[in-house]
Amino acid sequence: MSEAQTAPPTTSGQPTGRSWRTALRALELDTRLLGMIGALAVIWLFFNFVSGGNFLTPRNLWNLSVQSSSIAIMATGMVLIIVSRNIDLSVGSMLGLLGYTMAMVQVNWLPNVLGVSYHEPYIWVVALLVGLVMGAVIGGITGFIVSYGGVPSFIVTLGGLLVWRGLIFRYAQGQTLAPLNETFQLFGGGPKGALGDVASWVLGLLACAGIVYTLWSGRRRKRRYGFPVRAMWAEVVVGVVGCVVVLVAVWVANSYSWPEALATQYAVEHGITEPPGGLIIPTGIAIPVVVMLGVGLVMTYIATRRRFGRYVYAIGGNPDAAELGGINVRRTIMLTFVLMGILAAVSAAVQTARLNAAVTNLGVQNELDVISAAVIGGTSFAGGIGTIPGAILGAFVMQSLRSGMLLLNVDSPTQDIVVGMVLVAAVGFDSYVRRRGG
Amino acid sequence: MTIEMQVPALAPTPAGPPLAELRNIYVAFGGVHAVEDVTVDLHAGEVVGLVGGNGAGKSTLIRVLSGAHTADSGEVLINGQRVEIRNPRDAKALGIETIYQTLALADNIDAAGNVFLGRELQSRLGSLDDAAMESATRNVMGRLNPRFRNFKTPVKSLSGGQRQSVAIARAVHFNAKILIMDEPTAALGPAETAQVRELVMQLKAEGIGIFLISHDIHDVYDLSDRISVMLQGKLVGTVRKERVTKDEVLAMIIMGKQPGDVTQSDLEELHG
Repeated sequence: MSEAQTAPPTTSGQPTGRSWRTALRALELDTRLLGMIGALAVIWLFFNFVSGGNFLTPRNLWNLSVQSSSIAIMATGMVLIIVSRNIDLSVGSMLGLLGYTMAMVQVNWLPNVLGVSYHEPYIWVVALLVGLVMGAVIGGITGFIVSYGGVPSFIVTLGGLLVWRGLIFRYAQGQTLAPLNETFQLFGGGPKGALGDVASWVLGLLACAGIVYTLWSGRRRKRRYGFPVRAMWAEVVVGVVGCVVVLVAVWVANSYSWPEALATQYAVEHGITEPPGGLIIPTGIAIPVVVMLGVGLVMTYIATRRRFGRYVYAIGGNPDAAELGGINVRRTIMLTFVLMGILAAVSAAVQTARLNAAVTNLGVQNELDVISAAVIGGTSFAGGIGTIPGAILGAFVMQSLRSGMLLLNVDSPTQDIVVGMVLVAAVGFDSYVRRRGG
Repeated sequence: MTIEMQVPALAPTPAGPPLAELRNIYVAFGGVHAVEDVTVDLHAGEVVGLVGGNGAGKSTLIRVLSGAHTADSGEVLINGQRVEIRNPRDAKALGIETIYQTLALADNIDAAGNVFLGRELQSRLGSLDDAAMESATRNVMGRLNPRFRNFKTPVKSLSGGQRQSVAIARAVHFNAKILIMDEPTAALGPAETAQVRELVMQLKAEGIGIFLISHDIHDVYDLSDRISVMLQGKLVGTVRKERVTKDEVLAMIIMGKQPGDVTQSDLEELHG
C-alpha cells in the first residue's frame, strides 16, 4: 500500500474502538454536514416515536420529499446570494409572478391568442421556457440595481417583494387559473408525476455509479500530483455508505404504491384484471424530487468547480481582495441574482403544477422558508460560507419539522413558533461551534 | 524637474526608457489632494523605495499603477508606451503585480485558491483544476517558504508570515515584470523579514523592477537603488541611495529638505 506512506500514520490502519475521532477524520467528511444529517435523523426518530410509527412510513417520507423540493431548489440559489453578502427577499413574490405567467401562457395566451389547444404536449415546454427566461430577466433587473446601482440588496428585494406581488394582483384580478396542461402537471409530483419502480432503480444505480466514479477520479487526480489520499478502507466506507443511502431511498420511494382508487382506475383503463388485494403500482421517485436533485448537482458543480462559484465565495470572504484580484465583482453579483430568478421559475413550475392551478397568493412567505433553509444548512450571513447540499438538507429539516407537527395535529401558529425557535437555536449553535474553532 | 538639476545628490536617470513611469500624477479625494503632480520611474532589475510618513500619499500613488485607483490626471508609461490602467485586471495584463499592505486575501479560501484568484487554471471543459493549482502552489511555496504546509485550510487560520507568503506567491507566480510591495514586512517577525529581504534581492537579480513602499527607513535604505520621498502628497525628490545618508533621507521625509540643505541643527532636531 503506497498510500500508507503519504497518509498520516494514524489513519492508515483499521479504526479501533478508542480512535473513533481519528477514524472519522480519516474519512475526510464535512463534519458540519454530518451533524446536520444527525440532526435530521434525530428529528425523524423523535416524530416517529411520538406519532406511534406514523412518520417513517413510505407514504410520509415520499410526501416529505415532494414538499421539500420546491424550497430546496430555491435554497440552492439563496446560498450563493447570501455567501456573496447579499439577500433576496423577493423570491416568494417572484415565484408567484412566474408561476402565474406560466399558467397564463398555457391556459390563456397559447390557446386563445395563437389558437393552440392547451392539451398539446409541447405546451409545457413553451410555458417553462417563458418562465425561465422571465425569471432570468427579473433576477437580472434586481441584480443590476444591486450591483451597478449600488442599492443594498435588502432594499431592492424588499421592493421586489412588493412590486412582483402587486403585479400578480394587478393582472390576475383575483382569478385562479386552472387546470393546467397534463404534461406540465407532472412537475408537481403526485402518483403519476413519478418515475415508477424501474426508472427509479435505474436512477439509483446511476447515482451509485456516479458516487464511485467521483471517488475514483478524485483519488486518481490526487495520485497524479502525489498528494496524500484517503486510506483505502475510508474510501470504501464512504462509497458503500453513499450507495446504500441512495438505494434505500429508492426502495422507500418504490414501497409507496399508488392509492387504491387510482390503481383501480388505471386497471380499468388498461384492461387489467385487478388481483385480489388490489393492483400494487410502485410510485417511485417523484419528478419534482428528480428536478431538485438535478438542480442540486448542477448548483454544486457551479459553486465548487467553476470560476463563477469560486468568485462568489471570494467576494463573500473579502470583497476588496476579490476586486484587487481582478474579479469582476459587479457582474458576478448580478449573475447570482439571475441564477436565483431562474431557480424561482423552476420552483414556480413545481408549485403551480402541484396545485394544478395558479393562485394569487402562490409563494407567499416562501422567501422566509428559503432563507431559513439556507441558514439552517450552514450558510453564514457574514459571507463566504455555505454549501449547496447543506441548504438542501436545511430545506428537509424545515419541512420535516412542519410535516411532523402536522402529523401530531399541532396547529399552524404553534408550528411557526417552533420553527422560529429552531431557526434561531440552529444558527446560535452553529456560530458557537464555529467560534470554538470547528 | 528643476530641482533635480540644481541638487547634485539627486539621481540622474539611467539610460533607455524606464520599465514603468508615473508622470505628473494627480489624485484627489473630495477636494483633498492625496497626490499632487508626482513623477516617479522604475527600471528593470532596480528597486525603488517609496517612502514618506503616514498620509504622504505613497500608497495612493502606487495604487494608480496597480489599477486599484485611477488618477485624476497624469500619465502611466510602460516601456515608454502610454497605457490605460482602469482596473487591477489591466495592470496584471501588463505584468504589474502587487502585494498589498492588507494582503488582499480571501480568508475563506485556501492558499492555492488565493494564489490563483482571478486567474484560475481550468480543465478543457472549463472546470477548475484544483489539483493543478495546488501543485503549482506547492512548487512556488517550496521556493518562498519551504516550511509552508497548510495547503488545504482557509488562509484565515494561517499565521501572519504564512499569509504573507501566500500574498507573495500570488505576485511572483505569474512572471511579473513590475512588482509593487506595499509594506511587505509590516506584519512579520525578524526571521520572516530577512526572508522577504532575500526574496527582494533575488527577484531584482532576475531583472524584475520593484517599487518598495515602506515607512521603515532601514528596510528601504538597505534594499533600494533609488529612493523617492513623498511628503503631504508631493514628491520631495528622488535620490540615489549611495549618495545620501539615512539622516538625509530622514530629513527629506520629515522636513521635506533636500539632501544638500540639511544643517547641523536640523540633524540635532531629528535625533532629539
